[in-house]
Amino acid sequence: MVSELTTGQRQMALTFLAMLALLGLFVAAFGRADPIGGHGWLVLVFSLLSLFAVLTNYYDPEPAADRSAAYYDAPVKAGIIIAMIWAVIGMFVGAWVAWLLVNPDLTFVEEAWASFGRLRPVHTTAVIFGFGGNALIATSFYVVQRTSRTRLAGHLSPLFVLWGYNLFCLLAVTGYLWGINQSKEYAEPEWYADLWLVIVWVAYFVLYLRTLARRKEPHIYVANWYYLAFILVVAVLHIVNGLALPLSWAQAKSYSLFAGVQDAMTQWWYGHNAVAFFLTAGFLGMMYYYLPKRAERPIFSYRLSIISFWGITFFYMWAGSHHLHYTALPHWVQTLGMTFSVMLLIPSWASAGNALLTLNGAWHKVRDDATLRFMFIAAVFYGLSTFEGSFMAIRSVNALSHYTDWTVGHVHAGALGWVAMITFGAIYASVPWLWKRKTMWSPALVEVHFWLALAGTLIYVFAMWNSGIIQGLMWRTYNESGTLAYSFLESVEAMHPYYIARAVGGSFFLLGALVACYNIWMTIRAPQPAGALQDDHPQERTDPVLEAGR
Amino acid sequence: MFKFHYKLETKAIALVLAIIGVSSIGGLVEIAPLFTIDQTVEEAPDMRVLTPLELAGRNVYIREGCNACHSQMIRTLRDEVERYGAYSRAVESQYDHPMLWGSKRTGPDLARVGNKYSDAWHAAHLINPRTLVPQSVMPAYPWLARTRLRTDDLPLHLTRLRTLGVPYTDAMIANAAADAAGQATPNTDRAWGVAERYGEATNVRDFDGATGAPTELDALVAYLQMLGRQTSIAEEPAAEGGE
Ligand code: HEC
Ligand code: HEM
Repeated sequence: MVSELTTGQRQMALTFLAMLALLGLFVAAFGRADPIGGHGWLVLVFSLLSLFAVLTNYYDPEPAADRSAAYYDAPVKAGIIIAMIWAVIGMFVGAWVAWLLVNPDLTFVEEAWASFGRLRPVHTTAVIFGFGGNALIATSFYVVQRTSRTRLAGHLSPLFVLWGYNLFCLLAVTGYLWGINQSKEYAEPEWYADLWLVIVWVAYFVLYLRTLARRKEPHIYVANWYYLAFILVVAVLHIVNGLALPLSWAQAKSYSLFAGVQDAMTQWWYGHNAVAFFLTAGFLGMMYYYLPKRAERPIFSYRLSIISFWGITFFYMWAGSHHLHYTALPHWVQTLGMTFSVMLLIPSWASAGNALLTLNGAWHKVRDDATLRFMFIAAVFYGLSTFEGSFMAIRSVNALSHYTDWTVGHVHAGALGWVAMITFGAIYASVPWLWKRKTMWSPALVEVHFWLALAGTLIYVFAMWNSGIIQGLMWRTYNESGTLAYSFLESVEAMHPYYIARAVGGSFFLLGALVACYNIWMTIRAPQPAGALQDDHPQERTDPVLEAGR
Repeated sequence: MFKFHYKLETKAIALVLAIIGVSSIGGLVEIAPLFTIDQTVEEAPDMRVLTPLELAGRNVYIREGCNACHSQMIRTLRDEVERYGAYSRAVESQYDHPMLWGSKRTGPDLARVGNKYSDAWHAAHLINPRTLVPQSVMPAYPWLARTRLRTDDLPLHLTRLRTLGVPYTDAMIANAAADAAGQATPNTDRAWGVAERYGEATNVRDFDGATGAPTELDALVAYLQMLGRQTSIAEEPAAEGGE
């Protein structure tokens, strides 16, 4: 990657890394009595390693003078590889916590870091932010260049965004293991990691806007609307929900500015819209580019795209309070949340339908091409889980489903079926494009991965539907004498077989991800066949598939 | 609408502004009114703050991620009220920065677990739940009993919370570290100080059953024993019921 930078840029990178290393050293020194000291060391080591990497390549030849004529794909390639590493880490920890619920003594070591409460956020952060986030950053860099027919606006800043973002993920994940946790779901990292993410995110936003400003297309393609909404709204959510008062500059612990009901509402406004704008809008951006490209058919309807986009942007932000039905939150807010959640089905299905109708006429490709089939199944699961979500937001349904495994089943129908599937599809499509191969090293292994992933998802989701509904019913069942029929413990015991099934399904899914890593590795390493694809320069005219999608 | 959008998508800045505008409405309408406290949160004049030891226990609870498996929010449903006690009131988490309502019940709700079991039960249960409940899937936390509680920075914790609106007095802040130790060593001068500052109803006991400096287990058990007992508002008969 260093070879893409001029000498001046290499010096800037070195200066920046040295400064950050120094900052790390300060934190390590002043925070030595506090867990934050460990993070000082982490920043120091991470910066020094990167510094070393730049130094060893410092005397590489300068990049060609006409580098700006080509797309900038080094950060895309790096992002995809890093995303796969996080996928394996996150899914491994997911499988581990799944087995811990089968047998709580599977911690192997009797250490604090290996207990369920600390590992669970490692799982959610590693899969959502590590795997999902890196995949979003990498694909957004890829897509914005192709749809704008221009190179990314900057050489250092894309690298900074990727590097800085992964530093954030590392701070987050190691923090939980050391007991640094804000307890806000999906926003567990403490104040300093949050601040760092704000810096990275602003750089990301500026880079994206500047690239769009250079575009050679009059119109901004639909995928970019979604990526933009993802970047913007996540910034707003993150900043507001993360407001906190640290104990001191040398301590990790902080107290949230919000308390009680107000905190609950803010947290779920954040939490639900993290799902909406991170796990939905971002990945819709991915879908709106890779699915038509892979199917070689333009998006079915431009108008549906518009309806869906503005519907999602408007409706989702109202829906968070459906996480707080029957609680101490004022009733009118619960009712608003429920109403908007049900209305959300319209824009959601507009996108799911748009995707499926795009494939109409290309079913033979879906049949033969596992990569496209990943995207097809993703669109199906997107449709299913948004339907389920709207249904679960209804108060009386939520009375049963809330607090149970049904929620976990719903989350993973979306997470495995939609987020992970569309990502694998996009990665399988772009790896040969990026490394200029005709196909993946082994299309057969893509097929194997597809079936492992699908089987894993189905087993997982069915197990959790069953356990969730049984749990919910056991908690509310009365016997003839009018008292509660089951103790809590009986419901814990009833979950056991389903927890085994879930752990098995999850392990299938993990196995699939490992197969993908091997296949990607071999695609990169294997010698290049003749007649490889060339999509590394802006074309003279608009891509016909994208043009017709408008 | 389509024509308008067709124009909008040619201007990046306009698109950005439109996204921000359209997406902010929901949050503004739903969240801003909640800060008119008196309409959102009921009055409970007897609501007391957490003692330093209980606060430290709460921070252990957060650190260990107990909230990944336990909720602290009893909904207004009949079966929940019968299983866990009176439904949770907004005022009961008024001082919780952040709240720990939770979203998943792998274990039971803990909003009113205070005084349900003895200290010894909690201590043994936390050290290894399966000695008491063989079918439990809750993790064992043996290190809590071995780890001394950090108390020297407790005054700072109370100060920060006071900035955020929790009514800690100067005396509470000045004595925070001593109070933490005092609450876990009954029948000493330091113990009387705790009752004086935080009220007679405060639990002053040797929570972990071991003498000596307070451990993290002391703090966590003190916190659990206080849950649901900060105010008696939920015990008022008129408020009982649900759907
Ligand atoms: C893996 C999920 C899990 C985690 C994490 C967990 N628990 Fe539990 N907890 C359970 C289950 C299941 C039960 C019911 C069985 C039992 O009593 O052990 C339970 C029961 C309890 C009870 C008894 C409640 C009652 O009314 O009977 C208390 C108190 C408790 N847990 C406290 C804690 C604390 C404190 C922590 C964090 C240090 C914690 N739990 C972490 C799952 C968990
Ligand atoms: C190998 C695959 C996976 C396995 C085995 C797995 C397993 C688990 C387990 C056991 C939990 C805890 C559930 C509980 O507390 O009862 C969990 C929670 C969660 N996982 Fe996964 N997971 C996997 C993949 C993913 C992926 C790919 C994502 C997102 C992209 C994801 C997102 C989440 C989220 C958001 C939660 C929290 C759910 C909630 O609080 O309701 N998981 N997962």
